[in-house]
Amino acid sequence: MNWRGFYTLFAKEVWRFLKVTTQTIFAPVLTVLLYLLVFASVLSEHVQVYPGVTYASFLIPGLIMMSIIQNAFANSSSSLFQSKMTGNLVFTLLAPLSDLEFFLAFVAASVIRGIVVGLGVLVAAMWFAPLTMHSFWILLGFTVLSSATLGALGVIAGLWAEKWDHVAAFQNFVILPLSFLSGVFYSVNNLPPFWQQLSHFNPFFYMIDGFRYGFFGLADSSIGLSFFVVSLSLIAMSVLCLWLLRIGYHLRN
Amino acid sequence: MSHAINIAKVHKNYGNLHALAGIDFQIPQGSFFGLLGPNGAGKSTLINTIAGLTYASTGTVEVMGYDVRSQWRQARKSLGVVPQELVYDSFFSVIEVLRLQSGYFGYGRENYPWLDELLDILSLTDKANASMQNLSGGMKRRALIAQALVHRPPVIVLDEPTAGVDVELRKMLWEFTKRLHNEGHTIVLTTHYLEEAEALCEQIAILNHGQLIALDKTQTLLGRYPYRLLRLSLSLDFTLPTLPEALQSKVQSFELGELVLRLHREQDPICGVLECLRAANIPFLDLRTEEPGLEEVFMQLTSDREILS
Repeated sequence: MNWRGFYTLFAKEVWRFLKVTTQTIFAPVLTVLLYLLVFASVLSEHVQVYPGVTYASFLIPGLIMMSIIQNAFANSSSSLFQSKMTGNLVFTLLAPLSDLEFFLAFVAASVIRGIVVGLGVLVAAMWFAPLTMHSFWILLGFTVLSSATLGALGVIAGLWAEKWDHVAAFQNFVILPLSFLSGVFYSVNNLPPFWQQLSHFNPFFYMIDGFRYGFFGLADSSIGLSFFVVSLSLIAMSVLCLWLLRIGYHLRN
Repeated sequence: MSHAINIAKVHKNYGNLHALAGIDFQIPQGSFFGLLGPNGAGKSTLINTIAGLTYASTGTVEVMGYDVRSQWRQARKSLGVVPQELVYDSFFSVIEVLRLQSGYFGYGRENYPWLDELLDILSLTDKANASMQNLSGGMKRRALIAQALVHRPPVIVLDEPTAGVDVELRKMLWEFTKRLHNEGHTIVLTTHYLEEAEALCEQIAILNHGQLIALDKTQTLLGRYPYRLLRLSLSLDFTLPTLPEALQSKVQSFELGELVLRLHREQDPICGVLECLRAANIPFLDLRTEEPGLEEVFMQLTSDREILS
C-alpha cells in the first residue's frame, strides 16, 4: 500500500474544495438556511411529525443529511470529471497509485466535505430550533456511511460522464429527486400506502431516517434496517466503483 | 537487463481500427531514442501503452524490466512522461503541483530540495508560487517537465515537447534533454520536427499505420537513403524546358534560379550530370551537394508503405 500516495491524493482533494469554500461550503449552508426559513416558518404552526418535536426541529436533521448527500456526491464527481476533462488526471494515472488507493482518497475527501458542510448547516440551523442529541455515534456513523456511499457514486458518475451535461444530469435526475423524496420534509408514514412502499426502496430514505434517529431516538423505520441498507449501499457502490477502476472504464482505454 | 523499454508483439484495437499492429522492439538503457511517424501512425497509442494509460489488446510492455500491467507500481516509478498537451490543475501553484506529484510517488519533505533544484534548472524559481493557469505557454511546458521528473525516473518520455514553442525555449529544451541523457537517463522523444530527431537521437523508430517500418541508428537510417541532392545556381534566363531530357526526371525543385537535382549515389555520378549540362550549354554560377536529411528518409519510407498498402 502506497500510504503516502493515498494521503497526498486525499489531502489534494480536501485542499481543492477548501480553496473554493464560498462555492463548496458557504453556498450549500445558505441554501439549507433558506429552506429552513421558508418551510419552518410557514409550516411550524400546522405540522407536527413526532410528539414533542417541532416541525423546524424535525426538518433540521433531514436538511443536514440532504446537504451531506449532495455535497459528498458533488465533491468526487466534479473533481474527477474536471481532472478528466482538463487532462491533468493523467498525472494521477501515471503515479504508482492502486485502484483502491485512488478510490479511498476520493471517497475519504467526500466524507470530509460532507462532514464540514453538515457541521456548517448544524451550527447555522441551531439558531432556528432546539435540537437534542440521542446518540453521537449513530450521527457520526450515518454521516460517514452516507457520505462515503455518495462519494463512491460520485466517482462512478465522474468516470461515466463524458461532458458536464452528464454530471449535471446525474445530479438533477438522480441525486436531487431521491434526496427530496426521502422524507427530508415529511414523515413517510404520512404518505399514501403506495408512496410509502416506494419510499422504502429509496436508500436515501434510510440515510435520513437513521440520521434523524441519532437526534431524536425516533424514526419511521428501524435503526437496524437503516444501518443495514446504508451499509449495503456503500458496499454495492464500492464494488461497482472498484470494478470500473480495475477495467480502466473511461480512464485507461 | 539492458533494455529500458521492451515492447513485445503489442496489438491495440479500437473496434475495427488496428491502432498498433504487432509492434515489437526494444529501447536500450541510456539511449536517446526517437519515435517518429505521421499523424495517426500510432505514436501516442504506443506511448500511452508504455505509460499504462492504455491497455494493450495483446502483447506485453516492460519498463526497466517491469511489466506495465503486472508490476505496474515499479514500472510507473521507473517512468516519467511529459504529455503533449499543456494539461494542468488550475487550483494549484507550481510548487504545490510538484509537491503533490512527489507525494503520489511516496516522497515527503525529504524530496523538497530536489523539487527546488528542478525549479532552478527549468528557470521557474520565481514562478514557484504562481498559479499554473497564470503561466505562459512556455512556462507551463517547463512545469510539466518538472512534474514528470519529481521522482527521478530512469526513463523519460517526451511527447512532442517542442510543439508550438518559440526558438529560444526549443533550444533550452534541447540542452536540458541532452543534459538528462548525459546524466544517464534514457530519453524517448516523439517529435514532428525531423531535424530535432536528427540532431538529438541516436536511434530512431518510425511507425506508420500502427506498424514499425524502420528501426535503426540515426546515421544508418540516413545512409539507407540512396540519394543525395545537387544544388545548382543558374543564370536567371534559364528555363526548365531547356534542361536535357536525361535530367528532367531528377529535378526535385526549381525556384529563383536555383535548381535542385535528386541524384542516386551509384547510378548518377555528379561528373555525368555536369557533362550533360555542359553539352546542353547551360552554365552554372555555383554548385553544392547536400546529404539527405531525416525528412527525405522519412518521406520515402512512409510513401513506400503508402504505395505498398
